[in-house]
Amino acid sequence: MAYAAGVDVGSTQTKAVLIDEQGAIVGRSLVPTGANVIKAAETAFAQALADGDAREEEVEYVVGTGYGRYKVTFGNTQVTEISCHGRGAVHMFPATRTVVDMGGQDTKAIRVSPRGEILDFCMNDKCAAGTGRFLGAASSALEIPLDELGGTALRGERPVRISTTCTVFAESEVLSWLGKGKRVEDILLGVHQSIAVRSAGLLRRVGVEDEVTFTGGVARNVAMINTLEHALGVRLNVSEESHYMGALGAALFARDHILASRSPAAARLAAS
Amino acid sequence: MSAQGVPGVGQDGLVGRGNRDGARLFREWFDGLTAHAEAGGGGAYVFVMGSLGELLRTFDLPLVFPEINSLQTAVRHQAHDYLNEAEDLGYSPDICGYVKADVATQRRGGLLPMGRIPKPTIAVLTNACNTYIKWAEIWERMYHMPSYVLDIPGTREAGRQTWRGDGAFEKDRSYVTAQLRELIGVLEGVTGRRFDVDRLRETMGYANRMSRGWKRVLELNRGRPAPFNALSDGTIYLGVCNGFRGDERGARYFEDLVEEMEVKRQRGVGTLGDERFRLVFVGVPCYPIFRRFNEMFMEHGGTFVHSTYLWFASGGANVGWEYDLTNPIESLAEGLLVGVRDAMDSMFFQTQALARMIDDYEVDGVVFHPIKSCRTVSTGLADNRRALMTLRDTPSLFIESDMMDKRVVSEAQLKNRIDAFFEGLRSRRQQIAAGTR
Repeated sequence: MAYAAGVDVGSTQTKAVLIDEQGAIVGRSLVPTGANVIKAAETAFAQALADGDAREEEVEYVVGTGYGRYKVTFGNTQVTEISCHGRGAVHMFPATRTVVDMGGQDTKAIRVSPRGEILDFCMNDKCAAGTGRFLGAASSALEIPLDELGGTALRGERPVRISTTCTVFAESEVLSWLGKGKRVEDILLGVHQSIAVRSAGLLRRVGVEDEVTFTGGVARNVAMINTLEHALGVRLNVSEESHYMGALGAALFARDHILASRSPAAARLAAS
Repeated sequence: MSAQGVPGVGQDGLVGRGNRDGARLFREWFDGLTAHAEAGGGGAYVFVMGSLGELLRTFDLPLVFPEINSLQTAVRHQAHDYLNEAEDLGYSPDICGYVKADVATQRRGGLLPMGRIPKPTIAVLTNACNTYIKWAEIWERMYHMPSYVLDIPGTREAGRQTWRGDGAFEKDRSYVTAQLRELIGVLEGVTGRRFDVDRLRETMGYANRMSRGWKRVLELNRGRPAPFNALSDGTIYLGVCNGFRGDERGARYFEDLVEEMEVKRQRGVGTLGDERFRLVFVGVPCYPIFRRFNEMFMEHGGTFVHSTYLWFASGGANVGWEYDLTNPIESLAEGLLVGVRDAMDSMFFQTQALARMIDDYEVDGVVFHPIKSCRTVSTGLADNRRALMTLRDTPSLFIESDMMDKRVVSEAQLKNRIDAFFEGLRSRRQQIAAGTR
C-alpha cells in the first residue's frame, strides 16, 4: 500500500495526516509546534505513521504546508496552507465554494473552484485580532481553559461590545468589563462576536458563496461556529477533521504527485 | 535569474547598460547636489508628479526630489533611523513615511546615505498628491521660503479625457498657463535672474527626446520575454526620468535605453531566463525589502512587465507627450496638464488602463500593493481590483506592506500570499492545458 502524507506546521500546533490512494485518512496526529519546528514536524509525522499503523517507507510522497512548511525537511515539496485548506475543504464537502480557516495566528477567507483550486483569498494583516490568538488572550485574562471558552460563551445572554482591534489591548478590555461587573459568559460571547464580525468582513471581501466550510483549530469552538453563522447568515460546514484540514489538503496534493507519476499524460499535465 | 549569463547577452556591453548608466547618473546627480549644498547653494524642491524640471533648470536651480531621497533611505535599509527621528518629534506612525524621512533629513542638515541635499530655495508642487501641500508647509515653517502650488485640473469622468480643441480642455490649459506665467515671475524674484525662453526651448527639447524614448521603452516590454522588469529595472529608469528631465544627459540616456531594449528584443534576452508569468504591479514598491520583494515573484518565474508606478511616477513621460517648441510656455502648460492629469488618472481611474495593459502586454496576473503610509494611492485599490475583475478574467493578488516602514512589512506573510497566488496561476494554466477550464 502506498501512502501520501501532509504535514502542516502552524504557528501553535503541527498536524500530520496520512491518506491512502483513495484519499481516505488512515492516520493523524497533532503536536505543539514549540521552538524546534523541525522536530515538531518529525514528531507529528512519526505519530501519524503510528496512528495509521504504517511504515515510513510506505509513504511515497510528503507535502509540507503552514508557516513552517520549509522546515519539513523530509518533505518532497511545499504548498501554502491557503491552497491546502481549500483542497481539504472541497474534499470533505464537495459543494464548498468558500472556506474560512481560523488558526492560532491568522484567519483566511478563501474562494475555491469546484475542484478545490484557489480563485481568491484574503487574510488578516499584521494583527492577530480576529484569530485564535484573540481567544487565547481572553482565555488568559479570564483564566478559563481554551476548550471551555465556547461552551461558556454560549451561556451568555447580553454580550458586551469588544471595541479594540488589538489582541494585546483585548486582554485589558476584557479585564475592564470584569471590573464593571459584567458576567464572564457575556464577556466571552462578546469576544466571539467580535472575532466573527472581523472574519465575516474578510469573507465578504472574497465573496461568500454557498457552501461555506469552516476549518482550522478554532472550528472546534461551538460558540465561534454559532457567532460566525449568525454574522454571515449562512450555515457552516464543519468537519470532525477541521483541525487537520490543512494537513489533509497537503496529503491530497502529495497523492496527486503519486498518481501523476504513474500516468505519463498526467505527469505531462502537472509539469505544464 | 538575471540576464547575466543568458544566451544573447553578448560582449558588446549593451545588455544591462541602462542599469549601469542609471546608477552612474544617480551618483553624478547626488555628487552635484552635495557640492552645491556644501557651497551653501539652494535647490528647487519638486515632486515626481509634475516636477517642471524643464522650467526650473533654466534658472539654474538644482532639482531635489524629496520622494526619491526618502525611498533611497529605505532601499539602503536606513529608513527606520529617519522615521524614528521624526516620530520622536511627534509625527504619527500613520503619516506618510516619505514626509517623515525628509523631516529627519532636514534636521540632519540635508544629510542622506547618498550625499547631502541643498536647502530649498523654493518648492514647486502640484495638487496630484494632497500630502505634497502639507509637506511643503513644513519647509515653509523650517526655512521661511516660498512654495508654489500648481492646481492642475483632473479628468472629470472615467475614460473621458479631453484634448486640444475641446472647450473644457482649452479652459484648463489657459488656467495652467496663467499659473505658469505667475510661477515664472516668482522664480525670477527668488533667483534674481531673468527668464530665458530660449533656454526653456532647449530643456523642453531634451524632455521631448526623453518622452519619445520612454514611450518606446514601455512599448518594447510587450515582447516575450520582457526585456526589462518594471519593478526593479523600471525603478532605475524612473530615477533618471525624474532627476534628468530637461537635461541632455536624460535625453541621451533614454535614446540609449531604446537601443538596448531593441537589441534585447532582437536577441530574445529577457529579464528572466525562463519567463513563465507576466505580471502588472499596481501601487508603490515595497522599498524596505526592495530586492527580496521582487525575488519572491522571480522565484516562480514571474516578471513585472508593466506597472502603474512607471505610469504615475515618470512625470508624464509615459504618455509620450512632445512639446511644441515654437510656443513654449503654452505648450509646457499643456504638457503639464496632460502629464499630471494622467498621473492622477493612474490612481483614480486606473481600471480601463489596467484592462488595456492586460491585453497589450499579455498579462497573466495583476498584483495590487496598497501601502500603509500612502492613502492617496492605496485607498481605492480594493474597489479598482473589484472593478477590474468585472472587466477581465485575470487573477489578481492583493498584498499590503509599506514603501518605507519595515515595521509593517512582514516578509513571511508576503511570501505566503505570493506562493499561494502562483499556486493558483499554475493550477489555472494546468486546467487550460487540460481543457477543463
